[in-house]
Amino acid sequence: MSALRLYMVQRISAAIMAPLVFLHLGLILYAVQGGLSAGEILSRTQGSIFWAFIYGLFVLSAAAHVSIGLANILQEWTPLKRPAAAGLGHTFGLVLLILGLRAVYAVVF
Amino acid sequence: MTTTHKVSIWRGGAEGAYAHYDVPARESQTVLDVVTYVQRYLDPTLTYRFACRVGMCGSCAMTVNGVPRWTCRTHVSKVTGGGELQIGPLANMPVIKDLACDMTEFLEKWQKAQSRFVPTKTRKDPMEPIKPDTPQRVAANAGIECINCGVCYAACDTVRWNQDYLGPAALNRAWTLANDVRDGGQIPRLKAISDHGGCHACHSHQSCEAHCPNQLNPAASIAGLKRLSVSAYLKGDLK
Repeated sequence: MSALRLYMVQRISAAIMAPLVFLHLGLILYAVQGGLSAGEILSRTQGSIFWAFIYGLFVLSAAAHVSIGLANILQEWTPLKRPAAAGLGHTFGLVLLILGLRAVYAVVF
Repeated sequence: MTTTHKVSIWRGGAEGAYAHYDVPARESQTVLDVVTYVQRYLDPTLTYRFACRVGMCGSCAMTVNGVPRWTCRTHVSKVTGGGELQIGPLANMPVIKDLACDMTEFLEKWQKAQSRFVPTKTRKDPMEPIKPDTPQRVAANAGIECINCGVCYAACDTVRWNQDYLGPAALNRAWTLANDVRDGGQIPRLKAISDHGGCHACHSHQSCEAHCPNQLNPAASIAGLKRLSVSAYLKGDLK
């Protein structure tokens, strides 16, 4: 992917994640205030297309953002050249994507 | 009684050490005056680079007490605070000898960024009238006083981390040309500065702006190039 496209994907993913992070933190505060159990939380998330969409989008954005950012950090802070840094960054992003989507699947379906 | 400055100056190439000298203090003495005194009266083998001595040519930039500066316009009293003076070559460039560094890569990156004017008219065409108050001309004017001294390049963290990065000076020049309505090289230049190591590699630390002796703001120019390249991509001008 071109440097310009990578730049745009990273900025767009950051813009998507910013409000979702606040939503996620707010949700945690809300959920623990009333002493909700894991079972009660799951009963509200399971079958919800809304939460599947919100957290699915969050996982996609985080995987894309981390993949590009980590590749940049590895290229700048280690002796790795760009192809190797990109390979490692994208592999890590793929692992995040799989783990994240698996977690979303577990709480929604 | 004559007072003296305790001065240490880098001697050698990539491998070397700071040598110590006592230089008589003078009124309104610049760092370049100090270096010149050492070469003329203490050690004629000292190598350094200068030309105009009035802040026009950009030849005499060095690292002074850890900060990149134009030495001909830097008063000793401003940087020492009564303490010692340490003078070294600019960072982020290979050292040739003593205070002279190799600026080849720095200047080649100007070419790589296509930071040269591409004419669209011949000498037979009438001269294009340029209104000084248009937004494009105001943006270009804000960056055109660069003297190629290399201070911003030496101060830049991204240059230090990423050897492909074109650097603040080359990108600042590209921005002034991007705002020149007479220029015919816009899309090839945008492609060049949008590639790996181009404007999108900048972390916006703004060291270039903090240290530019002419008070230019290359970081703002680079931000302008980022906006321009994204806009060109969305319009389909860049693939």
